[in-house]
Amino acid sequence: MAKTIRDVYGESLVKYGATDDRIIVLDADVSNSTKSIIFGKEFPDRFFNVGIAEANMAAMAAGFAACGKIPFINTFATFLNTLGLLSARIYGSYSNWNMKFMGAYGGVSDSFDGPTHHSIEDITIFRSLPNFQVLVATDARHTAWLVKNAIDHDGPMYIRLSRNAVPDVYDDNATFTPGKGNILREGDDVTIIACGLMVKEALDAAETLAGQGISARVVDMFSIKPIDTQLIVDSAKKSKLIVTAEEHSIIGGLGGAVAEVLSANGCGVKQAFVGLNDVHAETGPTDTLMKKYGLSAENIMTQTLKGLGR
Amino acid sequence: MATIDKKRVEELKEICAEMRIDLIKQLHKIQTGHPGGSLSVCEILALLYLEIANVDAKNPKCPNRDRIVLTKGHAAPMLYLALAKAGFIPKEEFATLRQLNSRLQGHPCPKTTPGVETASGPMGIGLSAAIGMALALKLDKNPAKVYAIMGDGELNEGTVWEACMSAAKYAVDNLTVIVDLNGVQLDGTNDEIMPMLNLEAKFAAFGFEVLSCDGHDIVDIYETIHKANAIKGKPCVILANTVKGKGVSFMEGKNSWHGAPIGAAEFAQAMKDLGGDIDG
Repeated sequence: MAKTIRDVYGESLVKYGATDDRIIVLDADVSNSTKSIIFGKEFPDRFFNVGIAEANMAAMAAGFAACGKIPFINTFATFLNTLGLLSARIYGSYSNWNMKFMGAYGGVSDSFDGPTHHSIEDITIFRSLPNFQVLVATDARHTAWLVKNAIDHDGPMYIRLSRNAVPDVYDDNATFTPGKGNILREGDDVTIIACGLMVKEALDAAETLAGQGISARVVDMFSIKPIDTQLIVDSAKKSKLIVTAEEHSIIGGLGGAVAEVLSANGCGVKQAFVGLNDVHAETGPTDTLMKKYGLSAENIMTQTLKGLGR
Repeated sequence: MATIDKKRVEELKEICAEMRIDLIKQLHKIQTGHPGGSLSVCEILALLYLEIANVDAKNPKCPNRDRIVLTKGHAAPMLYLALAKAGFIPKEEFATLRQLNSRLQGHPCPKTTPGVETASGPMGIGLSAAIGMALALKLDKNPAKVYAIMGDGELNEGTVWEACMSAAKYAVDNLTVIVDLNGVQLDGTNDEIMPMLNLEAKFAAFGFEVLSCDGHDIVDIYETIHKANAIKGKPCVILANTVKGKGVSFMEGKNSWHGAPIGAAEFAQAMKDLGGDIDG
């Protein structure tokens, strides 16, 4: 099993922060969970643990950004789009300041802590803020790239991370381009567009579908905003069905973003939405919880077959 | 102790009188905007922009400039008048306030208006941003100072006290906080809406050095800010005692003039109070 997403994230902050003193890291008393503590131990002068005060943390970060720093704002994802949202809107979005909102424990990855700690609306909320870019971590290697990309891009950004070790999707030769999705498997009948942990589920579903004579293209759409419009339109032209898969509410997230592209471009292709169907999940082990709520290869299969009328 | 010469005091008094007249004329003309909290913060803004802070209209983004953060963003009209007096924007531009295609938005915006440091209006987050700026300047060994001008109603917001804890923890002594203590907020007096009790004891308990001054007395404000700037090792707050609607008889101390349109008869009375020309 690969390293946890959060460990790779903390180590990447150290790696890039070592040679770039613009990088400032803030946390709200969960640095041992988010792993921003790894940076804090290496560079205590640029690490600010402000206590359990998320709204203050996000606004303090804005002040750093106003003075040319690149603040990485760390807490559980769901607290960023609630307690941190005013600063995200006023300073990140409206002022277009260079703030990086790092959503630890994205989706249901903090599964045992329950729906109070799950983050299932974050993509919808941050996507609606002008100037914000929204990206989702796929695996460990991708997470390291996301940190570098966040430093290279001058502007507000929300990045959804995850708590746990996740299966590798990418190898050391993988490349990523800002704003572009990655085609991980080719197929003609259906295109499954996924992000985060659901990318691996989509690949597993595609493998099973192949055994039933259905060929599926699988896209990792890690950049939700900006979104790869061309890739979605191209996929729609060759596919009878688009399936979106996300560890998130089906309202307004990846599925919503893809639907906007499909309808605005007159693609006329049916879309099936895999995600949390306007419900909160519950406490439990991540893998069985995800299965129960349809965040699984099995449900992608089911929705694909249903969408194709099989 | 830092002193300001008498001639300059008289000049600044004259400037503040002009700013008050210009404010009421424009808010009367456009029938929108916030007179009460603009009038109370007039002297504080004038002193910071024109006398105390190291700011340069010719180089508004100079890295070594002092940062003036108006967290009570509804006083934007008075901020713009101070910016005009300091040369950041042409005086005539004030006539575009709150209109389409203007650089002067209803509440401050750093993207559109030179000299504006932060977007503000939503309460409670401005002090935190000012602390972030102060800490960034310290990291860069930049001697610039940060001034945060807050409203007293704003102190209702819980985040303000989160910010105060951070200011004390990090001993942010390159920041001077000035509270425009006019005692009145949108819906009523502070005591009616949310009693703030003993603010001096509150700030002291949060680790601040607490000073106070008459927020309409040029000499008192000048000397108190310099005193605050000299305090090292801890953050400092100045409780500036002011009058909401200062200078306009019927607005003074009235929450109803937080943000109400000014009628014709009221405008005439205001010009009489301020010594302004009703036709000018």
